[in-house]
Amino acid sequence: MAKAHHVSFKLNGKDVAVEVEARELLIYTLRERLAHTGAHIGCETSHCGACTVDCNGMSVKSCTVLTVQCDGAEVLTVEGLERGGALHAIQQAFHEEHGLQCGYCTPGMLMRAYRLLQENPNPSEQEIRFGLAGNLCRCTGYQNIVKAVQSAVRKLAAAPAAAA
Amino acid sequence: MIPASFDYHAPRSLGEAVALLSSLGGDAKLLAGGHSLLPMMKLRFAQPAHLIDLNRIADLRGIREESGSLVIGAMTTEAELIASAAVRNKVPLLAEGASSIADPQVRYKGTLGGDISHGDPGNDHPALMLALDASFVLTGPQGQRTLKADGYFLGLFSSQLAADEILTEIRIPIPAAGTGWSYQKLKRKTGDFATAATAVLLQLKGTSVARVAIALTNAGATAFRARAAESSLIGKPLNAANLGEAMRLTMSVCEPTADQRGDVAYKTAMCGEMTRRALQTAAARAKG
Repeated sequence: MAKAHHVSFKLNGKDVAVEVEARELLIYTLRERLAHTGAHIGCETSHCGACTVDCNGMSVKSCTVLTVQCDGAEVLTVEGLERGGALHAIQQAFHEEHGLQCGYCTPGMLMRAYRLLQENPNPSEQEIRFGLAGNLCRCTGYQNIVKAVQSAVRKLAAAPAAAA
Repeated sequence: MIPASFDYHAPRSLGEAVALLSSLGGDAKLLAGGHSLLPMMKLRFAQPAHLIDLNRIADLRGIREESGSLVIGAMTTEAELIASAAVRNKVPLLAEGASSIADPQVRYKGTLGGDISHGDPGNDHPALMLALDASFVLTGPQGQRTLKADGYFLGLFSSQLAADEILTEIRIPIPAAGTGWSYQKLKRKTGDFATAATAVLLQLKGTSVARVAIALTNAGATAFRARAAESSLIGKPLNAANLGEAMRLTMSVCEPTADQRGDVAYKTAMCGEMTRRALQTAAARAKG
């Protein structure tokens, strides 16, 4: 049995601690140990972006990050986006603009859009497309995903406090 | 897909990392951004017994200007390069090249040093480093040595980096004001390696080429400079005939591998086309 590592980090603002083998990938820790199944396993080869979560202010593909690397980190998943039972402006915008079809890519899209808008609150359409280029939608619903992000930009501009 | 078991080490200092690498020997791999190594480990193309994670060594990150050069810590990420005003203003070729790599999530993790050290001919930084005449600082148990990018890359997954050394710093001479630049990369989709890509750094005197560097990605076992094409352009304007000759000379030294991106003839032609576009774009950006 390989050595177990004690790893603690903040998950959606709450302290969590796990015992994992060094080879365990963050996506498995989130889904199977911590019951946070929002981040999805799509390709498992760091192409599709369905497993995207926010780690220390960066969008990362959690299938390509070791859990041991996250000791002391702040991790945000789609479960942490809502605010007091209300959808985050980005989630509300995806809902209103039909930014999802089957929904499989949606948690990754939301988390990537979240970080993109943290870094650039008023992106052009081209910047949105470049910023979301690491997330694949196999329903090919990109038009409405871009529209949803543009709508989220307007919502957040109108209520800046909701951005965080 | 889960990698085979390994022991994980997260040194806090460069000295600690060098000592670990020396003591663990050939069973250890260095973990930088992990977006080449971890996928290889999942597929069992790599099964190191030990991983030495360099991510917690603060000294390996950062960008500073020092006597006419940008000095960049090897663990500086692609996202940090792109966001750096110093990189964008002083070495825009590097910012343009980094923006063409993978996708946003990968660029938050992927590092300049990792891309240089990995050894896949599809990595973009080796050609950029050749075009920029960069130098690499390597740190091992005997201390530091500095090598030019020119001559550093020996072949597929093979470089001058010794097994007990770590690439710690990249030094890039800041190009003279008015230098034109371009990285032209043909890829099938975001995240793909280049079908063909060319980095060009170019200085004009009037309308004639005064200095030019042409370096190619994925056109052979490792990145290389197209020396004959460079020489053919010196003192000449970039007209159709001279561009055509530079393309021909570039293609004559390309040895791409046929794969799902195309056969040898197609990829060689694309090496020529990317070279033409990079030369023209660099010339348009240059101020003679």
